[in-house]
Amino acid sequence: MGRSTRVHPGIGRRRRVAIVLLLIAVALLLAACSGNDPTNLSRVVDGANPQSSLDARGPDSATINDLYWLVFWIAAAIFFLVQGALLVAIFRFRQRKGKERAVKQVHGNMRLELVWTIIPVLVLAVIAVPTLSTLFDLRRAPDPGENALQVEVIGHQWWWEFNYPEYGFRTASELHIPVDRPVYLTMTSADVIHSFWVPPLNGKRDALPGRISNLTLQADEPGVYVGQCAEFCGLAHADMRIRVFAESEEDFAAWATAQAQPAVIPSEGPAAAGWETFSTVCVACHAVEGTQAQVRIAPDLTHVASRTSFAGATIDNTPENLRAWLHDPSSLKPMRPDLNKPSQGRILGMPNFHLTDQQLDDLVALLETFK
Amino acid sequence: MAVLDHTEHAGHPDLGNVRKIAMWAFLGSECLFFGTLISTFLLYHNTTGDGPTAKEIFSIPFTSVSSFVLLMSSLTMVLAHHAAGRKDWRQMRVWLLATAGLGLVFLSGQAYEFTTFVHEGLTVTTSPFGSAFFVLTSFHGGHVAIGVLMLLATTFMSFGGKLHEGQGMNVELVGLYWHFVDIVWIVIFTVVYLLQV
Amino acid sequence: MATLNPAVESATASHHGRKGVWSWMTTTDHKRIGLLYGVSSLLFFLVGGVEALLIRLQLAAADGTVLSADAYNQMFTMHATTMVFLVIMPAAAAFTNYLLPILLGARDVAFPRLNALSYWIYIFGGLFLTISFFVGGAPDGGWFGYAPLSTQVTEIVRMDYWALGVQILGLASLLSAINFITTVFTMRAPGMTLMRMPVFAWMATVVAFLLLFSLPIIAVGLFEVFLDRNLGTLFFDAAAGGTPLLWQHLFWLFGHPEVYILILPAMGIVSEVLPVFSRKPLFGRSFVIFSGIAIGFMGFGVWAHHMFVAGLGPVAEATFALTTMLIAVPTGVKIFNWIGTVWGGSVRLATPMLFSLGFIAMFVIGGLSGVTHSIVPSDTQQHDTYYIVAHFHYVLFGGAVFGLFGGIYYWWPKITGKLLNEGLGKLHFWLMLIGFNLTFAPMHILGLRGMPRRTYRYPKGLGFEFWNFIATVGSLTIAVSILIFLINAWRTKARGRVAGNDPWDGRTLEWSISSPPPEHNFDVVPVVHAEDDFWHRKYREDEEGRPVPIPGGGDPLVAGPDDPPIHLPSPSFYPILAAFGMFLTVLGLVYVPLGLVLAGVGVVTVVWGLFGWSMEPLTREEH
Repeated sequence: MGRSTRVHPGIGRRRRVAIVLLLIAVALLLAACSGNDPTNLSRVVDGANPQSSLDARGPDSATINDLYWLVFWIAAAIFFLVQGALLVAIFRFRQRKGKERAVKQVHGNMRLELVWTIIPVLVLAVIAVPTLSTLFDLRRAPDPGENALQVEVIGHQWWWEFNYPEYGFRTASELHIPVDRPVYLTMTSADVIHSFWVPPLNGKRDALPGRISNLTLQADEPGVYVGQCAEFCGLAHADMRIRVFAESEEDFAAWATAQAQPAVIPSEGPAAAGWETFSTVCVACHAVEGTQAQVRIAPDLTHVASRTSFAGATIDNTPENLRAWLHDPSSLKPMRPDLNKPSQGRILGMPNFHLTDQQLDDLVALLETFK
Repeated sequence: MAVLDHTEHAGHPDLGNVRKIAMWAFLGSECLFFGTLISTFLLYHNTTGDGPTAKEIFSIPFTSVSSFVLLMSSLTMVLAHHAAGRKDWRQMRVWLLATAGLGLVFLSGQAYEFTTFVHEGLTVTTSPFGSAFFVLTSFHGGHVAIGVLMLLATTFMSFGGKLHEGQGMNVELVGLYWHFVDIVWIVIFTVVYLLQV
Repeated sequence: MATLNPAVESATASHHGRKGVWSWMTTTDHKRIGLLYGVSSLLFFLVGGVEALLIRLQLAAADGTVLSADAYNQMFTMHATTMVFLVIMPAAAAFTNYLLPILLGARDVAFPRLNALSYWIYIFGGLFLTISFFVGGAPDGGWFGYAPLSTQVTEIVRMDYWALGVQILGLASLLSAINFITTVFTMRAPGMTLMRMPVFAWMATVVAFLLLFSLPIIAVGLFEVFLDRNLGTLFFDAAAGGTPLLWQHLFWLFGHPEVYILILPAMGIVSEVLPVFSRKPLFGRSFVIFSGIAIGFMGFGVWAHHMFVAGLGPVAEATFALTTMLIAVPTGVKIFNWIGTVWGGSVRLATPMLFSLGFIAMFVIGGLSGVTHSIVPSDTQQHDTYYIVAHFHYVLFGGAVFGLFGGIYYWWPKITGKLLNEGLGKLHFWLMLIGFNLTFAPMHILGLRGMPRRTYRYPKGLGFEFWNFIATVGSLTIAVSILIFLINAWRTKARGRVAGNDPWDGRTLEWSISSPPPEHNFDVVPVVHAEDDFWHRKYREDEEGRPVPIPGGGDPLVAGPDDPPIHLPSPSFYPILAAFGMFLTVLGLVYVPLGLVLAGVGVVTVVWGLFGWSMEPLTREEH
């Protein structure tokens, strides 16, 4: 937590004593259970709870938080009142050992019934007003004057496709946005239902096949925000993550300009050999702008080397990880590729093509040129 | 001691009433079942894709006739019930068989209709409209078929062995079910056929 | 027993004459069927518990490797399906079967053989779902089976097992619902007016109606999923214009009433236990009953709060936010009346009472977090996270399961004739309470910190490790508490204290008869004069409203020579036969087209069962 610049004042902190008591056990269990996974969020994410919905980093998320805490405190007050009444009833009227009391046989009280019907109604009315006004407010699309960035989002099993129609390029699982400007997501799905969720920026929204849904994102400060698919979408649902890079307008413009450039096929060296493999194997699913690879079942790889991660933003994008992935994808992320059904976009993950060591090296060299 | 039924229990209602309440409860559940199927159809009534639309394939005159046949079967069912009330078992059997016969005519009509639709290019896999249409009307047809079986079984059972008080009740229960299936068809005919063309 | 009625003697004698497996397979006695339901649901509770423990072990640390993603998805799907359809619903059916006729002063349910059929369909349905583990994998698309994931035909048969299994379990519940409704309306003892029915009987009635009207909806949905998978229909195929949202509407139109189907029986149990252990009648009895009915009605109007992130549009969302808030009102009324019952009483903290009080305390938490879901904007953060998992476990475990355990401790002496050990019972309660809160309270925090549900692993660096570990420790604590319960049950069988007819000084009719009750329940059909009729036989109230014992008031009624003879339903082999036929049918349907042969055999078996059934005389010939 030392490097943290935005540690959430978490509930966990208050339990330091408990932490100490359980530390040894935790260590033992961690040692027993933790696998050897190349996932390492620390490179891009700081803070103790980077995916927390309570740690608002944008106006929408902040509005939601304000509402949540209002309701939370009302609920907390009711909690203490009701549990208190229950405890008092139990202890005050507890039967002492062997002293059974003949108590008055009360059957009810009309006035009390009215009171405890009406008071909850009033409390709920108090909650209902801000709920409804906030609800309509949050569901509103950005005004034209707000100059919102338009991004098309398509959920796939198990990665996110982001299209920037104003700039004419696509990317995967890593969304770049300018700060302080609303980003209007127009979402759908290529297969099953997914749900786009980056808690620090806004609540979640389902992406359904055959249907358009919308969500507005806005970040207050530059930074990397993480999220993930929140609707169960099959085998690798847990490994369908999102990274949002909020950048200054200049940085964002520079990034977008670079992304809009087509790729150049290397003419010599291992990368050129890698293209041989790519153009016979990978083209079946992957697109690279500026080449004949135009099938869009799997992520666009035009600028894959510019991304910090791959495989649904679960694996850090290093040459070693990339090579391990190409060698045996399903060992890093559970998938169920079925080569018999490449139509309908239902291939369900990256197949293992049993590439030779030479092919692997060449392919990695090629992909590293797609900056 | 002879076989007794609950009618002879002190303080217990007669068995017929018990079964009637159960049948009403069951039909209440069936309302929701068909309501859900009809809702599905309404959702998809225009989702015909490349396949034929309701306007293109429905033949209202034909279906009107088969609907009329089914409606008439409700009349014969009432007559069967009346006959059972008079303990006129012969008449009762005649009307029960007539009801079953009309039910069978309706089912043949449905079979013919389905065949025609399939020939005209509408199957369960053509479009959501096709799926919803066939599944709804097949479930209804299945209910009619079960009704026909119940009618035949009631007729058959009235031959075998002694006629006792339960006989009239059996007819009444089958009648309740049969009228319900009829009413559902009237709704289906209106919503699925008449409103779509 | 000094009975003067020969019928009572013959009924009693035949009760002792019926033993062995065959007698259980053919039984039509509502108490035996209740016991079968109870034991089966307990066994499935252990199965579902093991599934839960595997889930918790997998999530104890980041990047867990106890289960593969594939196994994990099967586990959480089957954990929910098991706990909902094979544990809580049948456990409630166990209590309803065993107690409803006795509480009403009846000798059986309206349709004893239909009752047996319900049970056997249930047990074959459970078996059907369970064998899927051994034939290529259990269902893995979630208990909610969202289309089009559930109609994606990549897993060959897994979700077919789910669609058909849930379908026939639904049929079993539908038949029981019809049976219970008819029983309540026609089998009540003389003087047992509707408003004099015990609250548990009332809640069972509300549940029966909820089942009656919600099951057909999901039945249609399940048919549509099955047909999409196997016949190529296009109900949920977006590419062809189908609407995946349709499934969500159908599922939650069933699914939300289902929540009340799971919780209302426990509310009924608690409403029976609290007065007995407070030595006071239920406070605001009619309000408790009517709020139960209100919950039942309103339960059909809140389903879309499960779909607040699906894009229904703000108007629909606002509507369902309001209905969801409103349903908190009758729920609150119940809680306040329960506290009112304890208030001013003479409170005995016996194990059934502890569980009932635990129920109230935990259910309040679940209820409050439930209200936060109606706040649509914050629900868009909480939806599909561990916050939701925490919420509904507070309702269904802290609520339903605590209530059901309260019922088990309360009625165990009536059912077995022996009292469960109080010390072990209290140990069970406290361990379960602590373990439960350790497991599920941290999930609120995890959810708010962004941990989604149904994820088989989470990476390091998101801050999920600590509370997940605590939750796993909690789940192991729960497991220990269940072990203690099993030990208690086992010990009691061998050396439990004999209970007698009325160990708790009960208020309702079941305590007026022997423990365990005779097969015919009542030697004499009781004539009911008041709510809590048995209490009023034992006590009168003095001028200040305090109870004064009536000497001999609790003595059992003795049948006279003029009492009408007792007839009991005959045992029947046909229910289990028909249920087995259904099992073969659905098993065959999983493997269309080849399996159609088996399905055909199944249908013939069902018809055989039903035909034999209709030809069978209704009551046993008596000699």
